[in-house]
Amino acid sequence: MEAVNPTLVNIIIFVLAVYVGFHVVWNVTPALHTPLMAVTNAISAIVIVGAMLAAALTDGGLAQSMGTIAVALAAVNVFGGFLVTQRMLQMFKKKDRKGGPA
Amino acid sequence: MISANLVTLLYLVASVCFIQALKGLSHPTTSRRGNLFGMIGMVIAILTTAALIIGLAREGTVALGLGRILLGLLVGGSVGTLLARKVEMTKMPELIAFMHSMIGLAAVAIAVAVVAEPHAFGIAAAGTPIPVGNRLELFIGTFVGAITFSGSVIAFGKLSGKYKFRLFRGAPVVFPGQHPLNLLLAVVMIACGLWFMATQSWLPYVLMAAIAFALGVLIIIPIGGADMPVVISMLNSYSGWAAAGIGFSLENPMLIIAGSLVGSSGAILSYIMCKAMNRSFFNVILGGFGAEPSAAGAHDETQRSVKSGSPDDAAFLMSNAESVTIVPGYGLAVARAQHALKELAAKLGEQGVTVKYAIHPVAGRMPGHMNVLLAEAEVPYDQVFEMDDINGEFGQTDVVLVMGANDVVNPAAKNDPNSPISGMPILEAYKARTVIVNKRSMATGYAGLENELFYMDKTMMVFGDAKKVLEDMVKALE
Repeated sequence: MEAVNPTLVNIIIFVLAVYVGFHVVWNVTPALHTPLMAVTNAISAIVIVGAMLAAALTDGGLAQSMGTIAVALAAVNVFGGFLVTQRMLQMFKKKDRKGGPA
Repeated sequence: MISANLVTLLYLVASVCFIQALKGLSHPTTSRRGNLFGMIGMVIAILTTAALIIGLAREGTVALGLGRILLGLLVGGSVGTLLARKVEMTKMPELIAFMHSMIGLAAVAIAVAVVAEPHAFGIAAAGTPIPVGNRLELFIGTFVGAITFSGSVIAFGKLSGKYKFRLFRGAPVVFPGQHPLNLLLAVVMIACGLWFMATQSWLPYVLMAAIAFALGVLIIIPIGGADMPVVISMLNSYSGWAAAGIGFSLENPMLIIAGSLVGSSGAILSYIMCKAMNRSFFNVILGGFGAEPSAAGAHDETQRSVKSGSPDDAAFLMSNAESVTIVPGYGLAVARAQHALKELAAKLGEQGVTVKYAIHPVAGRMPGHMNVLLAEAEVPYDQVFEMDDINGEFGQTDVVLVMGANDVVNPAAKNDPNSPISGMPILEAYKARTVIVNKRSMATGYAGLENELFYMDKTMMVFGDAKKVLEDMVKALE
């Protein structure tokens, strides 16, 4: 049997991931939709992986500078996204403690 | 050297961590652990990639390459950390829009690097052309990224509302022939993309990217400020698809998985927002809504009388009630009155009044914004209820306090089949025994409609700035 085209395998992964995302996100409580957006911002910063390859493995100035810029742009989201999510979720926790004894 | 199999396995672990991060958000108590999973996943992904680079880089280039990465991480990381620490919760929508634009631009930059040196990414041997399939994926990743970037910049401007630049104003920008122009540009862009697929030359690629940047601006400018919850969710979705597009071009399953998670998350949020505003997705995208807010409301010039009262009267009513439900809206967020509201609720609580908050899905300027604002003001989340959970209780509620909300409590949505908002889900505040409404004036909401609720016998209007009114109410209770 001939080998399956790798793009096809990627499409399979894509479809299944959309399916997983769909089910997981419908279960997110509406109260946390803003943190959801912040954390998805951080997660889509996974493109930093591509940016790192571009910054380090290329030889030309164009590709190297594009890669470095992309690392910086994605890093804004990696750090900003996770930290701001944490900050928001912390607020939902503080009240947890204060609300307890009251 | 780290084996390709190990890299792929570690990427799988990171992908699972990302799914866990989203899964944790199903409840506030599990959400922090979820976020931790997300961070762990990201650290695994970055370290694995660094190890991969050390293995793959030609001799002598490793240190410089890692140096460039560190430089990027340092610059981007400090900007991100600073923003995350400093941002005010009311400005969260702007920050989110800004971060969407970062992803869009990063995706474009990566795609350019791939087109310049495809062999470095292992998708083509040195000196050979990029396979046609990857060219198509690069084209998709680039244009989605470019549209995400420029669209988010416009959304950022509209959300912050402090720039004079016309395209950054909340009012929609509409001109004749707008939609045909967008369609034409889209067709030309796709043609350039196909040209790039056929030739792999720079000219069509650059043209395609330039048109995509312009298109991002053009599709967001006709959308009014009040529709921003949909726009920001939509751009959230785009940023995910852009990441997935890059994943396809680089044949990296982790990027595809993470991108798809984000893409479907944004799509679901857009759907929820559209449904809560009773608009179809296309209706929002085509835009122009809210261009003439006065036109629809102006038809009924007959002066109708409303009962108005002072903050003191309202405070008296509430302190004598057994149960008070607060409906916070956009106006509360604008006036930054969430802390004053918390004060009032605490005072009422001390006097034995049961206080609850009722949140409409579009309260605030982005999905879940109002919940975060209330959380910031340290309102316990078990007092905060979503629309479907609290609507059945309004009939037994003594007093409903509506703060800066309008269309979301308009009974016309339920009672008047001819109303433009007919069928829109509302908070059934009109069922309560007494309704207190705070507004700045009698101006109509963004749908430009009269609100029957304001004219009901049991309704008392308290005019004035939300923060000022709330502070006066607190004083009256002391």
